[in-house]
Amino acid sequence: MDLVQLQRQLVEYRTSLYHEGFLDEQFTQLQELQDENNPDFVVEVVSLFFEDSERLLNELTKALEQQNIDFKKVDAHVHQLKGSSSSIGAQRVQRICIAFRNYCEEQNVQGCLKCLQQVKNEYSLVKTKLEFMFQLEQQILTAGGSIPMQ
Amino acid sequence: MAQSRHAVTKEQSPKITALVVDDNMVNRTIHQRLLDNLGIENEVVCNGKEAVDVHCSGKNFDLILMDMDMPIMNGIEATRRLREMGIRSMIAGVSTRAMEQEIQAFKEAGLDDYQEKPLTMSKLTSIIRKMNHND
Repeated sequence: MDLVQLQRQLVEYRTSLYHEGFLDEQFTQLQELQDENNPDFVVEVVSLFFEDSERLLNELTKALEQQNIDFKKVDAHVHQLKGSSSSIGAQRVQRICIAFRNYCEEQNVQGCLKCLQQVKNEYSLVKTKLEFMFQLEQQILTAGGSIPMQ
Repeated sequence: MAQSRHAVTKEQSPKITALVVDDNMVNRTIHQRLLDNLGIENEVVCNGKEAVDVHCSGKNFDLILMDMDMPIMNGIEATRRLREMGIRSMIAGVSTRAMEQEIQAFKEAGLDDYQEKPLTMSKLTSIIRKMNHND
């Protein structure tokens, strides 16, 4: 695939992520913070998000496996996940966190377990998609091109 | 003697300093980047207690970006404490959509400004503009 095709593919892919609600305006904000002095800013922040989320999802799984669930603890973890997903523009993950927190408040175990599964799925999806997008960007840079901004 | 603000050139005015108070690592990174981009020297702490402690150690900042929900000591309590300590810095509360009462309580604790998270470049510049206005 030549450079122009790669760049077109990237723009189309990125646009689809916004249309499908995987990313929102906040992700655009992150891209605008990247410049020659910080050329890897987006990848760095997103990597932080991945690390943090994986830790939180593990904690959530453990917390919800307990005999006596500490809903305050569960809520604290979901709050963190909601915060970070919102900050990087991972809209679908953020939305589930909102529902998740409501179930925590109601101390609804089934609701929480359902949300945990959903948030794991959405996280996995957005991670795969972002990693693919970064791969496309890397291919473009390796081919000597620049990343097209919309 | 009255000094016109316009008389102060960019080279003469000292760098603005800021303190980021947030328990979320991703948010701290983003807020630092926003501040760095504006040439604002900044430090980070992870909760309200650390924010109070850093001031007790004698440090002072022109601007404090204060998250609301934090463990150990939240933003409302930290803001109240800092004002009690006589801290006159610009304190901008930054939080996710919360209940009106909570935002009210946060403002009443002594905020100069309040912005909904996530922070963006334009929200930050509006905070800075407000800061310069109050000088």
